Amino acid sequence: MGTESIIETTGLTKAYGPHRAVNGLDVRVNAGEIFGFLGPNGAGKTTTLLMLLGLTRSSGGTARVCGLDPSRHARAIKQRVGYLPENVGFYGDMTAVESLQYVAALNGMGKQETHERIHEVLQLVGLEQSSRKKTGAFSRGMKQRLGVAEVLIKAPEVLFLDEPTLGLDPEGAIQLIDLIQSLNQERQITVLLSSHHLHQVQKISHRVGIMIDGNLVAEGTIESLAEERFGLGEKEYTLEEIYMKYFQEV
Amino acid sequence: MQGLYAVFTKELQDHFSSFRFAILFALIAMVSFITSYMAAIHLSENLENLSSTRFPFLTLFSTPGAVFSMVQFVAFFGPLIGLVLGFDAINRERAQGTLIKVVSQPIYRDAVINGKFLAGVATISIMLTSIVLVITGFGLAIVGVVPGVGEIGRLIIYLVISIFYVSFWLGLSILFSILLKSVATSALTSVALWIFLSFFVTLGAEAVANSVAPVDPNKNVPPEMVIQNAKIKKMVSLCSPMVLYNDATATIIDPMRNTTRSLVLMGPMEELLSSRFQNPLALTQSILVVLPYITVLIAITLVCFTVSYLVFMLQEIRT
Repeated sequence: MGTESIIETTGLTKAYGPHRAVNGLDVRVNAGEIFGFLGPNGAGKTTTLLMLLGLTRSSGGTARVCGLDPSRHARAIKQRVGYLPENVGFYGDMTAVESLQYVAALNGMGKQETHERIHEVLQLVGLEQSSRKKTGAFSRGMKQRLGVAEVLIKAPEVLFLDEPTLGLDPEGAIQLIDLIQSLNQERQITVLLSSHHLHQVQKISHRVGIMIDGNLVAEGTIESLAEERFGLGEKEYTLEEIYMKYFQEV
Repeated sequence: MQGLYAVFTKELQDHFSSFRFAILFALIAMVSFITSYMAAIHLSENLENLSSTRFPFLTLFSTPGAVFSMVQFVAFFGPLIGLVLGFDAINRERAQGTLIKVVSQPIYRDAVINGKFLAGVATISIMLTSIVLVITGFGLAIVGVVPGVGEIGRLIIYLVISIFYVSFWLGLSILFSILLKSVATSALTSVALWIFLSFFVTLGAEAVANSVAPVDPNKNVPPEMVIQNAKIKKMVSLCSPMVLYNDATATIIDPMRNTTRSLVLMGPMEELLSSRFQNPLALTQSILVVLPYITVLIAITLVCFTVSYLVFMLQEIRT
């Protein structure tokens, strides 16, 4: 794992009137790692991701993604970062291939390249059988996999995955988590993973950050967080226990 | 540019393959066709009387066949094309969660709205042009009159004005689709505004004029009052894009019209001249007469689009 940071924020803030959705966030994600981004609903995780992509203007602080400032070079960042939103939507009357073609066109890819990449990503997420099926007829799990295929088509360096396993059956969730891990290991893609499935995050994350009410209350490896909260001991703490401990303290 | 082109092609494909477009196109093509057919029959029956008319071809578009002429029909129902193409442009994407996906691709955000607007304008242009061409061809066959250069020029200008007019309504409905989160609300609001601007403004104009400068036909009213009444009526009714469009196209299509003003507002000499010398206006002169109308139509279209553009660029997109 390299120590070069791919995402770095200092005092990143987003205020909606008096309410601070993100309050002076200082976070660092290293190149090549899987960073688990945890926190209850409404803690400001999605807002942070949107600010990092330059889709939402920050109210204060600075951010660097791949060495670029999101408020100025949003387009260059979006070229290198794939973002899978929570509840990603599809045009119901398009087939999986058509949907991927549209995303490829938006990325300015040529015909030949598009054709090859579509084949590749469909195979990767295991949707070759349904490639000519309309997305309107897709199950939740298939949609989520197509969503992953759409972010992979641009061959990103970084992936922002916002609740990718939400609403999936256990088997589908495990498959997706395994896919994320293999992408990280085989392609050296840095992953920023926001999820509520703590044991899945624990399984694949190198480091985690816990965000509550707009504040980052913890950042580090799971072992270091356990040590910080429970002290050194024989027992190995699960991420769930650590998370609950932080949550009760706030 | 890459994003704009991708959005444009995708939207154009969507428009042409959509069911609502097919229905609308069929409806408008059919009604325009019937109107012109009636006009054509009327025309060929009275062909001997038409020797005095120098522009028999244009009457296909301007004479009322049964109830209204083709030009009037587009003035009434053209807005519907724009509204149907645009009322769910942005909020449907927002509702189905595809908007965030599109803007998180490496494109400028304005590519989305520009692409959608341009695709709508392209659809409108293709639709109106094909209808006019079909009627032209059909007129050639049934009336047997070949249009002259001047007539073709007038038809082209008529088409350009019509495209801007319908694009105004497209811009308006896209604006509502940005402002209002629900598709049903934006559809209803657009239709309500269409009905208000097209039908109630002209009624309201009369009411306002009569309350400010009452003209009672039974009493002896001073002529200044009558003029003032007519002026106010005109002023208020020009707030309606439909009136603007109607006046502009009627003058373009009918070379015998040499002013958009009503008889009341003419001076005595002008009135005398217009009744004495029934000569058609040259094309450039016709354009000159309606230039302010055309300018305003283009201006409101651009204003509408610019407002949508600004609101869209400043909005936060989360879904």
